[in-house]
Amino acid sequence: MKLWLAVLIACAGCAVLKLAGFVVPSRLLESSVARRILDALPVTLLSALIAVSVFATGNHLTLDSRAAGLAVALILVAIRAPFLVVVVAACATAAGAHAL
Amino acid sequence: MSDASRRTAERRIRNRALTIGVSITPFGLSFGAVSVEAHLSLIQVCLLSLVLFSGASQFALVSIIGAGGSYLSAVGTALLLGVRNGLYAARINALLRPTGWRRFVMAEFTIDETTAMAVSESRSGHPARAFWYTALSVYVLWNVSTVVGALVGNALGSPATTGLDVAGPAAFIALLAPRLTTARMRLVALGSGAIALVTVPFVPIGAPILIGGLTAVALLLVVDR
Repeated sequence: MKLWLAVLIACAGCAVLKLAGFVVPSRLLESSVARRILDALPVTLLSALIAVSVFATGNHLTLDSRAAGLAVALILVAIRAPFLVVVVAACATAAGAHAL
Repeated sequence: MSDASRRTAERRIRNRALTIGVSITPFGLSFGAVSVEAHLSLIQVCLLSLVLFSGASQFALVSIIGAGGSYLSAVGTALLLGVRNGLYAARINALLRPTGWRRFVMAEFTIDETTAMAVSESRSGHPARAFWYTALSVYVLWNVSTVVGALVGNALGSPATTGLDVAGPAAFIALLAPRLTTARMRLVALGSGAIALVTVPFVPIGAPILIGGLTAVALLLVVDR
């Protein structure tokens, strides 16, 4: 019963969070400050997400095979490799480093 | 816009959306398997992927329950990880301007992947197409892989073995690249990642991403004044 409650509250809460950004009055989104914040937010949030998903496990900082995959991705993006090549090469590198 | 360039964009978006969808399937398998081990019923597992639909929140919820943590901390962590979807939603709202019931549908699909794709295609003039193709691809493959994982366990092994634990980060870097052409934005991105990492040992899971992302934006505004 408690498990059901946890599942349902998590579902409802996350839906409300997603919806929150869509019910912001549009005039609040018009100002130049709001526009600059909204423009930069996905970039900074995704950058933080990348850092945490590569260099952290739970509450610990880690340096493992994922870092090798990230390095390869950065190099390939810098030389403008195609999207699929970036993703596949990063995974192959991380898998190789993990197997070593 | 010419037909040729529209077709090129369409093909690029379709291929990228499919690549992202395929690369999340090991996580779906693993999520389904972990959930069953945490004693969730098949209906509960499927409900999470169908309704909650946000990988990080779902994993946090079932991992903490599975590890014997309290329901309160499990739900709290899931919600904390869900906050960034609300911030993405404000961006998607400003970019795509959905009205009426469309906002509710779009909200359900506002996650890391769809936001990264929509923002990445905002200058090509196809952010809506990028959003919906990615939503379709990720939603279908995430739910199918969840069910398979719950029924047969994680046949592929852990995402670390297959290297797919870096598929997300690699895809996001490639999608962010067009936005990271100036030294200023690169610095902001690096700063955001660094701030997030510094806070990792000290704050609840999920908080570092918000702290890094919001602090970096605040710094950008201060520097730009």
